[in-house]
Amino acid sequence: MLYFSVPLGKLVRRVSRLRGGGSALPGLVVEKIDPGFMQRTLSTLPLGVAVVSGTNGKTTTTKMVVELLESQGLKVFTNRTGSNFTRGVAAALLGEVDMLGRLDADVAVLELDEAHAVHFVNKVPPRYCLLLNVLRDQLDRFGEIDKTAELLQHIAAKTTGTVVLNREDPRVARIADSLSTGSLSGPEVRYFGLDDSLLSTFPNDDEMRAAPGSPVPPAPAKPAADVVLRRVGADDADFEYDGATVSTAMKLRGVYNIFNAAAALTLARAITGARGTGTDHAGLLTALSNVAPAFGRGESLVVDGLPLELVLVKNPSGFRLGLKSFPAAGYATMIAINDNYADGRDMSWLWDVEFDTLRDGGVDQLTGSRAYDMALRLQYDDVAIGAVDTDISAALAAFIGGSRDKPKRIFCTYTAMLAIRRELSKITTVEVVS
Amino acid sequence: MTPASPETPHGLSFGHELPPEDSAAPSKGTIRVLQLYPRDMNIYGDWGNALVLAQRLRWHGYTPELLEYNVGDEFPTGVDLIVGGGGQDSGQLVIQDDLLSRETVLKELAEDGTPMLVICGLYQLFGKFFKTRTGSVIPGIGILDVETQGTDERLIGNVSVASPEFGTVLGYENHSGQTTLGPGVTPLGTTAKGTGNNSSDGQEGARYRNIVASYLHGSLLPKNPALADFLIKTAVERKYGSFTPGTPDDSFAVLAREHAARRPR
Repeated sequence: MLYFSVPLGKLVRRVSRLRGGGSALPGLVVEKIDPGFMQRTLSTLPLGVAVVSGTNGKTTTTKMVVELLESQGLKVFTNRTGSNFTRGVAAALLGEVDMLGRLDADVAVLELDEAHAVHFVNKVPPRYCLLLNVLRDQLDRFGEIDKTAELLQHIAAKTTGTVVLNREDPRVARIADSLSTGSLSGPEVRYFGLDDSLLSTFPNDDEMRAAPGSPVPPAPAKPAADVVLRRVGADDADFEYDGATVSTAMKLRGVYNIFNAAAALTLARAITGARGTGTDHAGLLTALSNVAPAFGRGESLVVDGLPLELVLVKNPSGFRLGLKSFPAAGYATMIAINDNYADGRDMSWLWDVEFDTLRDGGVDQLTGSRAYDMALRLQYDDVAIGAVDTDISAALAAFIGGSRDKPKRIFCTYTAMLAIRRELSKITTVEVVS
Repeated sequence: MTPASPETPHGLSFGHELPPEDSAAPSKGTIRVLQLYPRDMNIYGDWGNALVLAQRLRWHGYTPELLEYNVGDEFPTGVDLIVGGGGQDSGQLVIQDDLLSRETVLKELAEDGTPMLVICGLYQLFGKFFKTRTGSVIPGIGILDVETQGTDERLIGNVSVASPEFGTVLGYENHSGQTTLGPGVTPLGTTAKGTGNNSSDGQEGARYRNIVASYLHGSLLPKNPALADFLIKTAVERKYGSFTPGTPDDSFAVLAREHAARRPR
């Protein structure tokens, strides 16, 4: 059976690609006929498997970790297709292994959805995990955020080497208490952290209701972090590690992306440190400064010679950070809100975001299946609305046609973003600049 | 267009605030709206309900005064309207003892006819008790004759309720507690889509005096202006004797309702 599973899986993969199908089917096939395939293949990697999970920023952070490790000469296997579930990993593996099932890589860095990560780590205990945050995302899927924190805790408990935690997210930082660290069997814990001056820009959901400008409540003594983000500039940032602060240029936009760079740096340092041949620090920094945003995560396209930015918004914290990171002045703004399963069906989250930053310029166009929920939300924040059209292609055409002389920004939920990208490729020349 | 709020130097804020008042018309009166436990019981857009009450009060020509009551605070006086939301299990644990210590004042206000909206977690805790899956009993403050049993089944999805008082009420439910009504309350309505109080009797929410209790998020009030205006009208009439409505523009609410009603469960 074993000898047939890889060629057969590869064949299914090729056929399903030809048919324009998703990445899950070949994974399903190989899982059925050879349940040990994924575990067996990944266990051969000399530096093991690293799992990246959390509510926000998995895709960009995983991309950063991969590029950082590649700067160190490592061969990295990753699930680039955005298939952040177990079968997606199996499918991605099928694409990379040779006909004998061998994977030519030093380490695997895998982005996994919280719930699927639990299934994955039960099959393949990772050597490393990086846990980013627990935010209010798609509660209709996971129930409650404490439940999501439990999922992440399970990932940490299955990790054999190093657990990297967000020091500033109480639900994530608390995971350290549950691990038998210090014992021979327990994993090592490392943190990434933020300078106190940046804390107020990263409200967790518990602090969300604190009045603006009110002091952040004194935190219990914080553990030392391996990497601390000290400052974020317009196109650069300062990171502190190994007792020194270094400045580096950044292509990434958005303060939350740059905090995730600190996360990626911490994980990459743990992995390269374990290699035993030392870390090329200058190479890591160069790679960090060159990381471009992942698909739809603050990506900048060019339409009519002017930038058009796509900002993915999935939950209240992400939307608030998006509004903060990308100031509205001078831009035409569109918001596209869908409520398909991948977006989350509950619209309550829109009411946890404040839209006062859009009050000066208003919003030019609203679209998506829940465009009128968004219109109602903006009405209650006294934000002027140009036009509403639930049809995404019509709305996008009107938005672009109506604001030809201005740079444009679209805040969109996941499935709305996919639709917008499809439309952009039809109605104008889309050049990906970063 | 309204200028950016001066309190937020970069036009940025993460706490919730009311938009600045921009009406020059004289106020018909002030209504004190109390948010119960906004710090710990705010998980599904509960700010939306407080914001809608405050903004609609303005649109009706009144001045809202938004107050917060959190664990350990002094309980404010002169409260005209109360709104409270849902929390996670951890949030409910945090507020539980404090809520019991406020049983007397909340009961007095309720019996006196103060309009209140309690959603999800506070709906359950305004009842007699919540019995967890493991059998332990969390006492409620017993304002509402309802009992809740924790289950392993999570009731999730869009809900449409036929309410004799408010017409079609639209929202979104997400709860594992199943609530049964006693003879001392009436249901808010019967579910046309979704589950509501429990998976057996087809009822959603509870009504008692001027209290509206419901499992529905969404947030509930934005897409159900009839319900919001009932709470406002009741508060104003109790304080000033009569209510003179303004003319809020509900055209987006009407369209949001139409589109929401067509979405799958």
